[in-house]
Amino acid sequence: MAPVLELKDVSKSYGAITVADQLSYQLDQGEALGVIGPNGAGKTSMFNLITGTVRADSGQIVFGGEDITRHSAARRCRLGVARSFQIPQPFSGMTVFENVLVAATHGAKLPAQKANRHCLEMLQLTGLIDRANDVSGSLTLLGRKRLELARALCAQPKLLLLDEIAGGLTENECHSLVETINTIRATGISIIWIEHIVHALLSVVDRLIVIDFGRKIAEGDPKETMASREVQEIYMGVDADA
Amino acid sequence: MTTATYSISRSSPATRIAALAGFLVLAALVAAPWWAGRADMRLLSEIFLYLSLACLWNLLAGYAGLVSVGQQAFVGFGGYMLFALAIFAGLSPLAAIPIAGLLGALVAVPVAFLIFRLRGAYFAIGTWVIAEVFRLSFAQVSSLGGGSGTSLPVAIVRSMASSRSMREATTYWLALGMAVLVLAVIYLLLRSRNGLALTAIRDSEVASNSFGIDIWRHKFIVYVVTAGLTASTGALIFLQKLRISPDAAFSVNDWTAFVIFIVVIGGIGTLEGPIIGVIVFFLLRETLADLGTTYLLLLGLVAIVVMLKAPRGIWGFVKDRTGLELFPLSRRVVDENQKNGK
Repeated sequence: MAPVLELKDVSKSYGAITVADQLSYQLDQGEALGVIGPNGAGKTSMFNLITGTVRADSGQIVFGGEDITRHSAARRCRLGVARSFQIPQPFSGMTVFENVLVAATHGAKLPAQKANRHCLEMLQLTGLIDRANDVSGSLTLLGRKRLELARALCAQPKLLLLDEIAGGLTENECHSLVETINTIRATGISIIWIEHIVHALLSVVDRLIVIDFGRKIAEGDPKETMASREVQEIYMGVDADA
Repeated sequence: MTTATYSISRSSPATRIAALAGFLVLAALVAAPWWAGRADMRLLSEIFLYLSLACLWNLLAGYAGLVSVGQQAFVGFGGYMLFALAIFAGLSPLAAIPIAGLLGALVAVPVAFLIFRLRGAYFAIGTWVIAEVFRLSFAQVSSLGGGSGTSLPVAIVRSMASSRSMREATTYWLALGMAVLVLAVIYLLLRSRNGLALTAIRDSEVASNSFGIDIWRHKFIVYVVTAGLTASTGALIFLQKLRISPDAAFSVNDWTAFVIFIVVIGGIGTLEGPIIGVIVFFLLRETLADLGTTYLLLLGLVAIVVMLKAPRGIWGFVKDRTGLELFPLSRRVVDENQKNGK
Protein backbone atom coordinates (compact mmCIF):
# COMPACT_ATOMS: atom_id res chain seq x y z
CA MET A 1 0.00 0.00 0.00
CA ALA A 2 1.22 3.48 -0.81
CA PRO A 3 2.36 5.49 2.21
CA VAL A 4 -0.08 8.15 3.44
CA LEU A 5 2.74 10.62 3.96
CA GLU A 6 6.23 10.80 2.55
CA LEU A 7 8.92 13.39 3.27
CA LYS A 8 11.77 13.45 0.75
CA ASP A 9 14.88 15.39 1.75
CA VAL A 10 12.89 18.23 3.28
CA SER A 11 15.05 21.13 4.45
CA LYS A 12 14.30 24.46 6.05
CA SER A 13 16.52 27.02 7.68
CA TYR A 14 16.18 30.50 9.09
CA GLY A 15 19.51 32.14 8.35
CA ALA A 16 22.14 30.11 10.15
CA ILE A 17 19.58 28.06 12.11
CA THR A 18 18.56 24.83 10.43
CA VAL A 19 15.25 23.40 11.64
CA ALA A 20 14.95 20.63 9.05
CA ASP A 21 17.99 19.04 7.43
CA GLN A 22 17.34 16.56 4.59
CA LEU A 23 14.49 15.04 6.55
CA SER A 24 13.08 11.87 4.96
CA TYR A 25 10.63 9.25 6.16
CA GLN A 26 7.40 7.52 5.27
CA LEU A 27 4.22 6.93 7.21
CA ASP A 28 1.96 4.02 6.30
CA GLN A 29 -1.81 4.03 6.26
CA GLY A 30 -3.12 3.62 9.82
CA GLU A 31 0.33 3.74 11.35
CA ALA A 32 1.16 5.68 14.51
CA LEU A 33 4.60 7.28 14.53
CA GLY A 34 6.19 8.78 17.63
CA VAL A 35 8.66 11.65 17.44
CA ILE A 36 11.11 12.54 20.19
CA GLY A 37 14.08 14.84 20.44
CA PRO A 38 15.44 17.59 22.66
CA ASN A 39 13.86 21.04 22.84
CA GLY A 40 14.62 23.07 19.74
CA ALA A 41 15.43 19.95 17.69
CA GLY A 42 12.92 20.93 15.00
CA LYS A 43 9.96 18.71 15.90
CA THR A 44 7.29 21.41 15.81
CA SER A 45 8.99 22.90 12.75
CA MET A 46 8.52 19.54 11.04
CA PHE A 47 4.78 19.79 11.79
CA ASN A 48 4.74 23.34 10.44
CA LEU A 49 6.30 22.05 7.23
CA ILE A 50 3.80 19.18 6.90
CA THR A 51 0.77 21.37 7.61
CA GLY A 52 1.97 24.23 5.44
CA THR A 53 2.22 26.92 8.12
CA VAL A 54 5.83 27.13 6.91
CA ARG A 55 7.10 26.32 3.39
CA ALA A 56 10.09 24.04 2.84
CA ASP A 57 13.25 25.52 1.27
CA SER A 58 13.82 22.29 -0.62
CA GLY A 59 12.62 18.71 -0.76
CA GLN A 60 9.21 17.27 -1.32
CA ILE A 61 6.19 16.41 0.84
CA VAL A 62 3.76 13.88 -0.62
CA PHE A 63 0.40 13.24 1.02
CA GLY A 64 -1.94 10.52 -0.25
CA GLY A 65 0.04 10.33 -3.49
CA GLU A 66 -0.27 14.11 -4.09
CA ASP A 67 2.67 16.50 -3.95
CA ILE A 68 1.56 19.09 -1.36
CA THR A 69 4.90 20.88 -0.94
CA ARG A 70 3.52 24.14 -2.39
CA HIS A 71 -0.08 23.83 -1.13
CA SER A 72 -1.43 26.38 1.35
CA ALA A 73 -2.14 25.26 4.92
CA ALA A 74 -5.88 25.61 4.30
CA ARG A 75 -5.75 23.35 1.24
CA ARG A 76 -3.72 20.70 3.08
CA CYS A 77 -6.30 20.64 5.85
CA ARG A 78 -9.08 20.16 3.31
CA LEU A 79 -7.10 17.23 1.89
CA GLY A 80 -7.01 15.62 5.33
CA VAL A 81 -4.07 16.90 7.39
CA ALA A 82 -5.03 18.26 10.82
CA ARG A 83 -2.94 19.16 13.82
CA SER A 84 -3.08 20.10 17.44
CA PHE A 85 -0.93 23.06 18.47
CA GLN A 86 1.71 22.63 21.17
CA ILE A 87 0.70 26.00 22.60
CA PRO A 88 -3.09 25.81 22.32
CA GLN A 89 -4.51 28.24 19.74
CA PRO A 90 -8.23 28.19 20.47
CA PHE A 91 -10.57 30.66 18.77
CA SER A 92 -10.74 32.25 22.19
CA GLY A 93 -13.85 34.39 21.73
CA MET A 94 -15.91 31.47 20.45
CA THR A 95 -17.49 28.64 22.41
CA VAL A 96 -15.99 25.15 22.48
CA PHE A 97 -18.69 23.94 20.09
CA GLU A 98 -18.08 26.79 17.65
CA ASN A 99 -14.35 26.07 17.74
CA VAL A 100 -14.80 22.52 16.56
CA LEU A 101 -17.53 23.55 14.13
CA VAL A 102 -14.98 25.72 12.28
CA ALA A 103 -12.90 22.60 11.62
CA ALA A 104 -15.93 20.55 10.56
CA THR A 105 -17.37 23.16 8.17
CA HIS A 106 -14.14 24.53 6.70
CA GLY A 107 -11.62 21.74 7.22
CA ALA A 108 -13.86 18.75 6.50
CA LYS A 109 -16.30 20.80 4.36
CA LEU A 110 -19.29 19.08 5.95
CA PRO A 111 -22.81 20.44 5.34
CA ALA A 112 -24.46 22.05 8.38
CA GLN A 113 -26.41 19.09 9.78
CA LYS A 114 -23.58 16.59 9.35
CA ALA A 115 -21.10 19.07 10.81
CA ASN A 116 -23.23 19.55 13.92
CA ARG A 117 -23.58 15.80 14.42
CA HIS A 118 -19.89 15.09 13.87
CA CYS A 119 -18.88 17.86 16.28
CA LEU A 120 -21.19 16.58 19.01
CA GLU A 121 -19.73 13.09 18.59
CA MET A 122 -16.15 14.34 18.81
CA LEU A 123 -16.94 16.47 21.87
CA GLN A 124 -18.33 13.36 23.56
CA LEU A 125 -15.29 11.32 22.57
CA THR A 126 -12.90 13.92 24.00
CA GLY A 127 -14.99 14.51 27.12
CA LEU A 128 -15.75 18.14 26.34
CA ILE A 129 -19.48 17.87 25.75
CA ASP A 130 -20.34 19.40 29.13
CA ARG A 131 -18.18 22.41 28.27
CA ALA A 132 -19.65 22.83 24.78
CA ASN A 133 -21.18 26.24 25.51
CA ASP A 134 -18.23 27.64 27.45
CA VAL A 135 -16.13 30.33 25.82
CA SER A 136 -12.93 28.50 24.90
CA GLY A 137 -10.74 31.22 26.37
CA SER A 138 -12.05 30.24 29.82
CA LEU A 139 -10.90 26.60 29.63
CA THR A 140 -8.21 25.08 31.86
CA LEU A 141 -4.99 23.70 30.37
CA LEU A 142 -6.46 20.19 30.18
CA GLY A 143 -9.59 21.63 28.55
CA ARG A 144 -7.51 23.47 25.98
CA LYS A 145 -5.50 20.36 25.16
CA ARG A 146 -8.67 18.37 24.72
CA LEU A 147 -10.08 21.11 22.53
CA GLU A 148 -6.96 20.97 20.35
CA LEU A 149 -7.57 17.26 19.89
CA ALA A 150 -11.33 17.62 19.34
CA ARG A 151 -10.88 20.39 16.80
CA ALA A 152 -8.31 18.40 14.84
CA LEU A 153 -10.64 15.38 14.81
CA CYS A 154 -13.57 17.49 13.59
CA ALA A 155 -11.59 18.26 10.45
CA GLN A 156 -11.99 14.52 9.66
CA PRO A 157 -8.28 14.02 9.07
CA LYS A 158 -6.58 11.11 7.33
CA LEU A 159 -3.41 12.23 9.07
CA LEU A 160 -3.50 13.56 12.62
CA LEU A 161 -0.50 15.47 13.99
CA LEU A 162 -0.35 15.72 17.79
CA ASP A 163 2.12 18.18 19.27
CA GLU A 164 2.86 17.49 22.95
CA ILE A 165 -0.78 16.90 23.66
CA ALA A 166 0.03 15.19 26.99
CA GLY A 167 2.44 17.86 28.22
CA GLY A 168 1.48 19.29 31.60
CA LEU A 169 -1.22 16.72 32.35
CA THR A 170 -1.49 14.65 35.53
CA GLU A 171 -0.98 10.87 35.48
CA ASN A 172 -4.74 10.18 35.37
CA GLU A 173 -5.45 12.78 32.72
CA CYS A 174 -2.60 11.38 30.67
CA HIS A 175 -4.00 7.87 30.99
CA SER A 176 -7.44 8.85 29.74
CA LEU A 177 -5.87 10.80 26.89
CA VAL A 178 -3.92 7.71 25.80
CA GLU A 179 -7.18 5.75 25.79
CA THR A 180 -8.81 8.39 23.61
CA ILE A 181 -5.91 8.37 21.18
CA ASN A 182 -6.03 4.58 20.94
CA THR A 183 -9.76 4.84 20.14
CA ILE A 184 -8.92 7.29 17.36
CA ARG A 185 -6.21 4.96 16.03
CA ALA A 186 -8.70 2.14 15.83
CA THR A 187 -10.71 4.16 13.28
CA GLY A 188 -7.78 3.96 10.86
CA ILE A 189 -6.46 7.52 11.14
CA SER A 190 -2.69 7.76 10.72
CA ILE A 191 -0.98 9.60 13.56
CA ILE A 192 2.31 11.38 14.14
CA TRP A 193 2.77 12.25 17.78
CA ILE A 194 5.49 14.47 19.24
CA GLU A 195 5.75 13.84 22.97
CA HIS A 196 8.17 14.18 25.86
CA ILE A 197 6.12 11.88 28.11
CA VAL A 198 7.73 8.72 26.78
CA HIS A 199 5.62 6.08 28.53
CA ALA A 200 2.45 7.62 27.09
CA LEU A 201 4.01 7.70 23.67
CA LEU A 202 5.24 4.13 23.81
CA SER A 203 1.80 2.81 24.75
CA VAL A 204 0.45 4.06 21.43
CA VAL A 205 3.01 4.24 18.64
CA ASP A 206 4.28 1.49 16.28
CA ARG A 207 7.50 3.22 15.38
CA LEU A 208 9.69 5.98 16.75
CA ILE A 209 11.95 8.54 15.13
CA VAL A 210 14.45 10.69 16.94
CA ILE A 211 15.22 14.20 15.71
CA ASP A 212 18.10 16.48 16.67
CA PHE A 213 19.28 19.66 14.92
CA GLY A 214 16.61 19.08 12.28
CA ARG A 215 18.08 15.68 11.34
CA LYS A 216 16.63 12.25 11.79
CA ILE A 217 19.23 10.48 13.91
CA ALA A 218 17.43 7.23 14.76
CA GLU A 219 14.37 5.33 13.64
CA GLY A 220 12.77 2.00 14.41
CA ASP A 221 10.92 -0.07 16.98
CA PRO A 222 9.99 2.24 19.88
CA LYS A 223 11.60 0.29 22.73
CA GLU A 224 14.77 -0.57 20.82
CA THR A 225 15.12 3.01 19.65
CA MET A 226 14.72 4.33 23.18
CA ALA A 227 17.52 2.02 24.30
CA SER A 228 19.81 2.97 21.42
CA ARG A 229 23.03 4.82 21.97
CA GLU A 230 21.91 7.89 19.99
CA VAL A 231 18.94 8.43 22.28
CA GLN A 232 20.95 7.75 25.43
CA GLU A 233 23.50 10.33 24.32
CA ILE A 234 20.87 13.01 23.79
CA TYR A 235 18.85 12.37 26.91
CA MET A 236 21.42 11.10 29.39
CA GLY A 237 24.41 13.05 28.15
CA VAL A 238 26.46 9.87 27.65
CA ASP A 239 29.68 10.66 25.89
CA ALA A 240 29.93 9.36 22.33
CA ASP A 241 33.11 7.46 23.14
CA ALA A 242 31.89 5.94 26.38
CA MET B 1 -22.47 6.56 22.12
CA THR B 2 -25.46 8.55 20.99
CA THR B 3 -25.83 12.12 19.86
CA ALA B 4 -29.58 12.04 19.49
CA THR B 5 -30.04 13.69 22.86
CA TYR B 6 -28.26 16.90 21.85
CA SER B 7 -29.51 19.65 19.62
CA ILE B 8 -28.23 23.03 18.50
CA SER B 9 -30.17 26.17 19.38
CA ARG B 10 -29.46 29.54 17.83
CA SER B 11 -31.85 31.81 19.67
CA SER B 12 -32.51 32.60 23.33
CA PRO B 13 -35.15 34.55 25.26
CA ALA B 14 -32.85 37.58 25.16
CA THR B 15 -32.51 37.49 21.37
CA ARG B 16 -36.27 37.09 20.94
CA ILE B 17 -36.97 40.07 23.20
CA ALA B 18 -34.27 42.07 21.38
CA ALA B 19 -35.81 41.18 18.01
CA LEU B 20 -39.25 42.33 19.16
CA ALA B 21 -37.85 45.55 20.63
CA GLY B 22 -35.84 46.08 17.45
CA PHE B 23 -38.94 45.82 15.26
CA LEU B 24 -40.86 48.25 17.49
CA VAL B 25 -38.03 50.78 17.40
CA LEU B 26 -37.74 50.34 13.64
CA ALA B 27 -41.49 50.91 13.18
CA ALA B 28 -41.31 54.09 15.27
CA LEU B 29 -38.31 55.30 13.26
CA VAL B 30 -40.00 54.60 9.93
CA ALA B 31 -42.89 56.77 11.12
CA ALA B 32 -40.59 59.62 12.23
CA PRO B 33 -41.56 62.04 9.40
CA TRP B 34 -45.03 62.18 11.05
CA TRP B 35 -43.86 62.77 14.61
CA ALA B 36 -40.37 64.29 14.50
CA GLY B 37 -39.29 67.81 13.66
CA ARG B 38 -37.00 68.72 10.80
CA ALA B 39 -33.92 69.10 13.02
CA ASP B 40 -34.58 65.79 14.78
CA MET B 41 -34.84 63.99 11.45
CA ARG B 42 -31.58 65.47 10.27
CA LEU B 43 -29.91 64.32 13.47
CA LEU B 44 -31.44 60.85 13.20
CA SER B 45 -30.29 60.56 9.57
CA GLU B 46 -26.80 61.45 10.63
CA ILE B 47 -26.95 58.82 13.38
CA PHE B 48 -28.08 56.15 10.88
CA LEU B 49 -25.29 56.98 8.47
CA TYR B 50 -22.69 56.90 11.25
CA LEU B 51 -24.17 53.61 12.43
CA SER B 52 -23.75 52.24 8.95
CA LEU B 53 -20.11 53.41 8.73
CA ALA B 54 -19.37 52.05 12.21
CA CYS B 55 -20.86 48.61 11.50
CA LEU B 56 -18.86 48.41 8.28
CA TRP B 57 -15.61 49.45 9.92
CA ASN B 58 -16.28 46.94 12.71
CA LEU B 59 -16.71 44.16 10.15
CA LEU B 60 -13.46 45.19 8.50
CA ALA B 61 -11.30 45.71 11.59
CA GLY B 62 -13.13 43.73 14.27
CA TYR B 63 -13.69 40.55 12.27
CA ALA B 64 -11.41 40.50 9.23
CA GLY B 65 -8.54 42.14 11.14
CA LEU B 66 -8.18 44.81 8.45
CA VAL B 67 -7.52 47.91 10.53
CA SER B 68 -8.09 50.58 7.92
CA VAL B 69 -7.76 54.28 8.66
CA GLY B 70 -8.62 55.07 5.06
CA GLN B 71 -12.31 54.30 4.75
CA GLN B 72 -12.85 58.00 3.96
CA ALA B 73 -11.51 57.03 0.53
CA PHE B 74 -14.76 55.19 -0.15
CA VAL B 75 -17.03 57.69 1.64
CA GLY B 76 -15.62 60.47 -0.53
CA PHE B 77 -15.55 58.34 -3.65
CA GLY B 78 -19.22 57.44 -3.20
CA GLY B 79 -20.13 61.09 -2.61
CA TYR B 80 -18.28 62.23 -5.72
CA MET B 81 -19.81 59.43 -7.81
CA LEU B 82 -23.28 60.58 -6.76
CA PHE B 83 -22.51 64.14 -7.87
CA ALA B 84 -20.84 63.01 -11.11
CA LEU B 85 -23.64 60.61 -12.06
CA ALA B 86 -26.32 63.20 -11.29
CA ILE B 87 -24.60 66.14 -12.98
CA PHE B 88 -22.96 64.49 -16.02
CA ALA B 89 -25.12 61.42 -16.65
CA GLY B 90 -28.36 63.08 -15.61
CA LEU B 91 -29.19 60.17 -13.31
CA SER B 92 -31.69 60.59 -10.52
CA PRO B 93 -29.82 60.75 -7.19
CA LEU B 94 -31.87 57.80 -5.98
CA ALA B 95 -30.57 55.63 -8.82
CA ALA B 96 -27.07 57.01 -8.37
CA ILE B 97 -26.76 55.72 -4.79
CA PRO B 98 -26.57 51.98 -5.57
CA ILE B 99 -24.44 52.65 -8.66
CA ALA B 100 -22.02 54.67 -6.52
CA GLY B 101 -21.83 51.65 -4.23
CA LEU B 102 -21.15 49.31 -7.13
CA LEU B 103 -18.40 51.59 -8.45
CA GLY B 104 -16.94 51.80 -4.93
CA ALA B 105 -16.75 48.00 -4.78
CA LEU B 106 -15.15 47.90 -8.24
CA VAL B 107 -12.48 50.45 -7.39
CA ALA B 108 -11.77 48.52 -4.16
CA VAL B 109 -10.60 45.48 -6.17
CA PRO B 110 -7.32 46.94 -7.49
CA VAL B 111 -6.86 48.83 -4.20
CA ALA B 112 -7.12 45.52 -2.31
CA PHE B 113 -4.51 43.84 -4.53
CA LEU B 114 -2.21 46.75 -3.79
CA ILE B 115 -2.59 47.16 -0.03
CA PHE B 116 -3.12 43.51 0.92
CA ARG B 117 0.61 43.19 0.43
CA LEU B 118 0.97 45.23 3.63
CA ARG B 119 0.32 44.03 7.18
CA GLY B 120 -0.65 45.57 10.50
CA ALA B 121 0.47 49.17 10.97
CA TYR B 122 1.78 49.32 7.40
CA PHE B 123 -1.65 48.32 6.13
CA ALA B 124 -3.29 51.03 8.23
CA ILE B 125 -0.98 53.76 6.95
CA GLY B 126 -1.28 52.37 3.41
CA THR B 127 -5.06 52.79 3.46
CA TRP B 128 -4.64 56.37 4.64
CA VAL B 129 -2.21 57.09 1.81
CA ILE B 130 -4.70 55.64 -0.69
CA ALA B 131 -7.39 57.95 0.72
CA GLU B 132 -5.08 60.94 0.27
CA VAL B 133 -4.44 59.87 -3.32
CA PHE B 134 -8.21 59.83 -3.86
CA ARG B 135 -8.56 63.29 -2.31
CA LEU B 136 -5.79 64.79 -4.42
CA SER B 137 -7.17 63.14 -7.57
CA PHE B 138 -10.68 64.48 -7.10
CA ALA B 139 -9.25 67.92 -6.34
CA GLN B 140 -7.87 67.87 -9.91
CA VAL B 141 -11.28 67.38 -11.52
CA SER B 142 -12.21 70.95 -12.42
CA SER B 143 -15.66 69.99 -13.73
CA LEU B 144 -16.49 68.91 -10.16
CA GLY B 145 -15.20 72.17 -8.71
CA GLY B 146 -11.56 71.13 -8.20
CA GLY B 147 -10.21 71.89 -4.76
CA SER B 148 -13.13 74.05 -3.67
CA GLY B 149 -15.89 71.57 -4.55
CA THR B 150 -19.35 71.93 -5.97
CA SER B 151 -23.04 71.93 -5.06
CA LEU B 152 -25.77 69.67 -6.33
CA PRO B 153 -27.72 71.76 -8.92
CA VAL B 154 -31.12 72.94 -7.69
CA ALA B 155 -32.93 71.29 -10.60
CA ILE B 156 -31.57 67.86 -9.60
CA VAL B 157 -32.48 68.40 -5.95
CA ARG B 158 -36.01 69.47 -6.93
CA SER B 159 -36.43 66.44 -9.20
CA MET B 160 -36.15 64.11 -6.21
CA ALA B 161 -39.52 64.96 -4.68
CA SER B 162 -42.40 67.35 -5.13
CA SER B 163 -41.94 69.30 -1.91
CA ARG B 164 -39.16 70.10 0.51
CA SER B 165 -40.73 68.08 3.31
CA MET B 166 -41.19 65.13 0.97
CA ARG B 167 -37.54 65.36 -0.08
CA GLU B 168 -36.41 65.49 3.54
CA ALA B 169 -38.56 62.49 4.40
CA THR B 170 -37.08 60.63 1.41
CA THR B 171 -33.47 61.27 2.43
CA TYR B 172 -34.38 60.32 5.99
CA TRP B 173 -35.85 56.99 4.88
CA LEU B 174 -32.86 56.36 2.65
CA ALA B 175 -30.51 56.86 5.61
CA LEU B 176 -32.61 54.56 7.79
CA GLY B 177 -32.79 52.03 4.97
CA MET B 178 -29.02 52.16 4.56
CA ALA B 179 -28.42 51.41 8.25
CA VAL B 180 -30.93 48.54 8.16
CA LEU B 181 -29.41 47.16 4.96
CA VAL B 182 -25.88 47.26 6.40
CA LEU B 183 -26.98 45.62 9.66
CA ALA B 184 -28.90 42.94 7.74
CA VAL B 185 -26.00 42.17 5.39
CA ILE B 186 -23.52 41.90 8.26
CA TYR B 187 -25.93 39.88 10.40
CA LEU B 188 -26.61 37.37 7.61
CA LEU B 189 -22.92 37.17 6.75
CA LEU B 190 -21.90 36.51 10.36
CA ARG B 191 -24.62 33.86 10.77
CA SER B 192 -23.44 31.93 7.71
CA ARG B 193 -20.49 29.54 7.43
CA ASN B 194 -18.45 32.42 6.06
CA GLY B 195 -19.26 34.29 9.27
CA LEU B 196 -17.96 31.35 11.27
CA ALA B 197 -14.74 31.61 9.27
CA LEU B 198 -14.51 35.37 9.81
CA THR B 199 -15.02 35.00 13.55
CA ALA B 200 -12.30 32.34 13.58
CA ILE B 201 -9.97 34.65 11.67
CA ARG B 202 -10.72 37.36 14.26
CA ASP B 203 -9.56 35.03 17.06
CA SER B 204 -6.55 33.28 15.48
CA GLU B 205 -5.26 33.57 11.93
CA VAL B 206 -2.73 30.75 12.37
CA ALA B 207 -5.35 28.30 13.59
CA SER B 208 -7.99 29.31 11.05
CA ASN B 209 -5.54 28.83 8.20
CA SER B 210 -4.65 25.39 9.57
CA PHE B 211 -8.34 24.45 9.62
CA GLY B 212 -9.15 25.00 6.00
CA ILE B 213 -9.99 28.71 5.92
CA ASP B 214 -8.65 30.71 2.99
CA ILE B 215 -7.84 33.89 4.88
CA TRP B 216 -6.92 36.02 1.87
CA ARG B 217 -10.19 35.24 0.07
CA HIS B 218 -12.33 36.05 3.12
CA LYS B 219 -10.52 39.31 3.76
CA PHE B 220 -10.76 40.28 0.10
CA ILE B 221 -14.52 39.68 -0.03
CA VAL B 222 -15.06 41.62 3.20
CA TYR B 223 -12.90 44.50 1.94
CA VAL B 224 -14.76 44.80 -1.36
CA VAL B 225 -18.26 44.44 0.12
CA THR B 226 -17.40 46.95 2.86
CA ALA B 227 -16.04 49.41 0.29
CA GLY B 228 -19.22 49.17 -1.79
CA LEU B 229 -21.54 49.74 1.16
CA THR B 230 -19.29 52.51 2.49
CA ALA B 231 -19.44 54.25 -0.90
CA SER B 232 -23.24 54.00 -0.92
CA THR B 233 -23.31 55.48 2.57
CA GLY B 234 -20.98 58.23 1.38
CA ALA B 235 -23.31 58.99 -1.51
CA LEU B 236 -26.17 59.38 0.98
CA ILE B 237 -24.12 61.56 3.31
CA PHE B 238 -23.42 64.05 0.53
CA LEU B 239 -26.93 63.84 -0.84
CA GLN B 240 -27.97 65.16 2.55
CA LYS B 241 -25.29 67.86 2.59
CA LEU B 242 -26.03 68.85 -1.05
CA ARG B 243 -22.46 70.08 -1.32
CA ILE B 244 -19.16 68.26 -1.72
CA SER B 245 -15.49 69.27 -1.57
CA PRO B 246 -12.35 67.13 -1.42
CA ASP B 247 -11.53 68.14 2.15
CA ALA B 248 -15.03 67.32 3.42
CA ALA B 249 -15.38 64.16 1.34
CA PHE B 250 -12.05 62.60 2.30
CA SER B 251 -11.89 63.84 5.91
CA VAL B 252 -10.03 61.34 8.09
CA ASN B 253 -11.54 62.93 11.20
CA ASP B 254 -15.18 62.77 10.18
CA TRP B 255 -15.31 59.41 8.40
CA THR B 256 -12.66 57.37 10.18
CA ALA B 257 -11.53 58.83 13.53
CA PHE B 258 -15.07 59.30 14.89
CA VAL B 259 -16.07 55.93 13.47
CA ILE B 260 -13.16 54.18 15.19
CA PHE B 261 -14.13 55.97 18.42
CA ILE B 262 -17.69 54.64 18.10
CA VAL B 263 -16.62 51.05 17.46
CA VAL B 264 -13.92 50.94 20.13
CA ILE B 265 -16.19 52.49 22.78
CA GLY B 266 -19.11 50.25 21.88
CA GLY B 267 -17.15 47.02 21.59
CA ILE B 268 -15.09 45.94 18.60
CA GLY B 269 -15.72 42.51 17.13
CA THR B 270 -19.35 42.35 18.24
CA LEU B 271 -22.43 43.18 16.21
CA GLU B 272 -24.00 45.04 19.14
CA GLY B 273 -20.92 47.20 19.83
CA PRO B 274 -21.32 49.79 17.06
CA ILE B 275 -24.99 50.31 17.97
CA ILE B 276 -24.10 51.05 21.60
CA GLY B 277 -21.13 53.15 20.48
CA VAL B 278 -23.13 55.32 18.11
CA ILE B 279 -25.68 56.07 20.86
CA VAL B 280 -22.92 57.02 23.31
CA PHE B 281 -21.14 59.16 20.71
CA PHE B 282 -24.22 61.17 19.78
CA LEU B 283 -25.28 61.58 23.43
CA LEU B 284 -21.85 63.05 24.15
CA ARG B 285 -21.90 65.21 21.06
CA GLU B 286 -25.38 66.60 21.59
CA THR B 287 -24.76 67.45 25.24
CA LEU B 288 -21.15 68.61 25.04
CA ALA B 289 -20.57 70.00 21.54
CA ASP B 290 -21.14 73.58 22.77
CA LEU B 291 -17.94 73.29 24.80
CA GLY B 292 -15.82 73.54 21.63
CA THR B 293 -12.39 72.02 21.89
CA THR B 294 -13.09 70.85 25.44
CA TYR B 295 -15.61 68.47 23.86
CA LEU B 296 -12.87 66.77 21.86
CA LEU B 297 -10.71 66.53 24.98
CA LEU B 298 -13.64 64.85 26.76
CA LEU B 299 -14.07 62.40 23.88
CA GLY B 300 -10.41 61.51 24.21
CA LEU B 301 -10.82 61.07 27.96
CA VAL B 302 -13.82 58.76 27.50
CA ALA B 303 -11.83 56.72 24.99
CA ILE B 304 -8.89 56.39 27.40
CA VAL B 305 -11.08 55.39 30.34
CA VAL B 306 -12.95 52.78 28.31
CA MET B 307 -9.71 51.35 26.92
CA LEU B 308 -8.28 51.01 30.44
CA LYS B 309 -11.38 49.78 32.23
CA ALA B 310 -13.12 47.82 29.46
CA PRO B 311 -10.65 47.10 26.67
CA ARG B 312 -13.29 45.26 24.69
CA GLY B 313 -15.69 48.18 24.83
CA ILE B 314 -18.97 48.68 26.65
CA TRP B 315 -20.64 45.70 25.00
CA GLY B 316 -17.59 43.49 25.52
CA PHE B 317 -17.72 44.41 29.22
CA VAL B 318 -21.41 43.49 29.47
CA LYS B 319 -21.04 40.30 27.40
CA ASP B 320 -18.07 39.01 29.43
CA ARG B 321 -20.06 39.32 32.65
CA THR B 322 -23.52 38.26 31.57
CA GLY B 323 -23.06 36.23 28.38
CA LEU B 324 -25.85 38.38 26.97
CA GLU B 325 -26.33 38.50 23.21
CA LEU B 326 -28.91 40.54 21.30
CA PHE B 327 -28.39 39.10 17.82
CA PRO B 328 -28.83 35.31 17.60
CA LEU B 329 -25.37 34.54 16.20
CA SER B 330 -24.11 31.89 18.60
CA ARG B 331 -24.87 28.18 18.49
CA ARG B 332 -25.70 26.65 21.83
CA VAL B 333 -25.65 22.94 22.51
CA VAL B 334 -28.82 21.89 24.32
CA ASP B 335 -29.06 18.62 26.20
CA GLU B 336 -32.58 17.42 25.36
CA ASN B 337 -32.65 14.93 28.26
CA GLN B 338 -31.96 17.60 30.84
CA LYS B 339 -34.41 19.98 29.20
CA ASN B 340 -37.24 17.44 29.20
CA GLY B 341 -36.30 15.38 32.26
CA LYS B 342 -36.02 18.03 34.93
